[in-house]
Amino acid sequence: MSYPPQPSAPAPGAPPVPGAAPGAAPPVPPPPGGGYSSPIPIVRTHLGHAFASEWTKIRSVRSTMWTLGIMLVLVVGVGFLIALAMATDDWVGAPLLSGGLFGLMLGQICIVTLGVLVITSEYGTGMIRTTLTASPQRWRVLAAKAVVFFVLAFVLTTVACAITAVIHSSVLSGQTVPEYEYDDPMFKDSISDSGELVATGGQWFDATVGAALYVSLLGLLALAVGAILRHSAGAITTMVGFILLPLIIALFMQAESLKEVQRKLIEYSPLSGLASLFGIPFFEDGAVGGWGLLSLLAAVTGGMLLLAFALLSKRDV
Amino acid sequence: MIELEGLTKRYGDKLAVDHLTFQVRPGMITGFLGPNGAGKSTTMRMMLDLDNPTAGSVRIDGKHYRDLQEPLKYIGALLDAKNMHGGRSAYHNLLCLAQSNRIPASRVAEVLDTVGLTAVAKKKSKGFSLGMGQRLGIAYALLGDPEILMFDEPVNGLDPEGIHWIRNLMKSLAAQGRTVFVSSHLMSEMALTADHLIVIGQGKLLADTSMAGFIRENSRSYVRVRTPQPEQFKDAASAAGLSVSLREDGSFEIEGADMAEPVGELAAQHRVTLHQLSPQQASLEEAFMQMTAQAVEYHAHNLNDPGAAAAAAQADPPLAQNAPPAPGQQGQGPQWGKGD
Repeated sequence: MSYPPQPSAPAPGAPPVPGAAPGAAPPVPPPPGGGYSSPIPIVRTHLGHAFASEWTKIRSVRSTMWTLGIMLVLVVGVGFLIALAMATDDWVGAPLLSGGLFGLMLGQICIVTLGVLVITSEYGTGMIRTTLTASPQRWRVLAAKAVVFFVLAFVLTTVACAITAVIHSSVLSGQTVPEYEYDDPMFKDSISDSGELVATGGQWFDATVGAALYVSLLGLLALAVGAILRHSAGAITTMVGFILLPLIIALFMQAESLKEVQRKLIEYSPLSGLASLFGIPFFEDGAVGGWGLLSLLAAVTGGMLLLAFALLSKRDV
Repeated sequence: MIELEGLTKRYGDKLAVDHLTFQVRPGMITGFLGPNGAGKSTTMRMMLDLDNPTAGSVRIDGKHYRDLQEPLKYIGALLDAKNMHGGRSAYHNLLCLAQSNRIPASRVAEVLDTVGLTAVAKKKSKGFSLGMGQRLGIAYALLGDPEILMFDEPVNGLDPEGIHWIRNLMKSLAAQGRTVFVSSHLMSEMALTADHLIVIGQGKLLADTSMAGFIRENSRSYVRVRTPQPEQFKDAASAAGLSVSLREDGSFEIEGADMAEPVGELAAQHRVTLHQLSPQQASLEEAFMQMTAQAVEYHAHNLNDPGAAAAAAQADPPLAQNAPPAPGQQGQGPQWGKGD
């Protein structure tokens, strides 16, 4: 395929063009208005093409396989071990599906890592320059990355949580709730007529879809932080700090005057929301429940994504 | 057709690119020449909308880069061979880029074949040699079969075979009527490939000229003559109609190629003793160095006396003794678009 030279007015004072291909096709007259007519039919690309592109990217690097694989192993594996450990007791003293929290606490680090890497690996390798020359509509690149990552993380985390929940419900079912627990709000609605511990539909939903949504949002926040910091190690450290530091700081706030701060730190720490979704909130009388904390996380994530979009469209890369 | 108008990039106090205005025309190879740090890469990044200009604008066929819907079908660029994800295979690196521009996957195999990477298409690009990486970058540039191609230092680090391949590729692309814009810091490389030349130094435009014009103006052939009888020699040469110029060191220069023979015979005829009679050729490299000497950012200084060396470098371009005076100083042909 060859293209004829495009018509162009020589610059004032410009030298004659020495290599102006003799025998090339005669120049096409410019369309009225002095515009340019391209020999290539231009069809508008849209977000769908960016999705396809980002899907290819995320499935063709090993870090995706590793982080998601380890996440699955951790969530299901640790969940299984916890279930076995709990099964030795006559009465576990916790909601039926709550044991899934421990594996997911570890698994969320994998999701956060993948979220960061989805964007920072492009900066680390220099691929971002190639990506943005191919897609100068920069918002589209970040939006496609965010959606593709979020959907992938959500689906796989839901699967992992669902498997874990099934394990817990089958291994731990048939436990009789002692009568002194009947008034505990933790077991509200989850005691069957025969006095056995069961999980309500709401608890099933929270411990699978809710928890997966929470962790995926955390991953999306990591992606936004990665886009802002443009550095893998920096962004992962920031995210791990964000998840763990509130609890660690609160641990050392023993002074009476700091009690209120300590409580707030614990109550609003990222892990608190996840614990609440598994039915074991840090505070029984907490002001916001699991879904309230999830909404809060969604708001923070949305804000950081907006910042990431603004910075991406403005910055030099 | 790429048009730059007053393109400027400032980093803090430093002007990396200083009001560049030029055009890159189709159907030929335009060489973009300048010493290291002259602002070539910055200019190219601004042309691709990766860096925001402090002032001025770039138009690709009259449009801003950001307004191009499928830019790979307009313009393909190789900025740096390393600008790929090393953990991804060559094929997938290209596939994801093709998909974002609606380019069919079959085209990926095609360009991989064009650059000779089919055998390693499924290998991670991390393990590629510099030459293979360069080929992968070129495959990306060719992906959309664009009418404009930009290469930033494409021959850097390549073996002679690779250099030869890139040269021929660029020539065939230009012969198809495409716009080819290629940067280099090597004049010799440009002399072999480019039809048109744009020279910058410290971000300023130093020259915008055809390669033929540049060669005509700068590859001067002359004969150097030393004689203990300068007066007699000068009279004899003038009488013979030769253009003779006296150099500061007392030697003469006679313009023209193959002048040693007639000049020697002339001297013998007039019984003028000659101490030296040597044909000289000023290289394009020297002309380029002289042009950009003032604009080189990082001079190598004499270790013994850095201060004096720096001063000397400022006052007097480090040149071979035989080089002609700087073309800029001579006020050469009309096509010199000299910057300020």
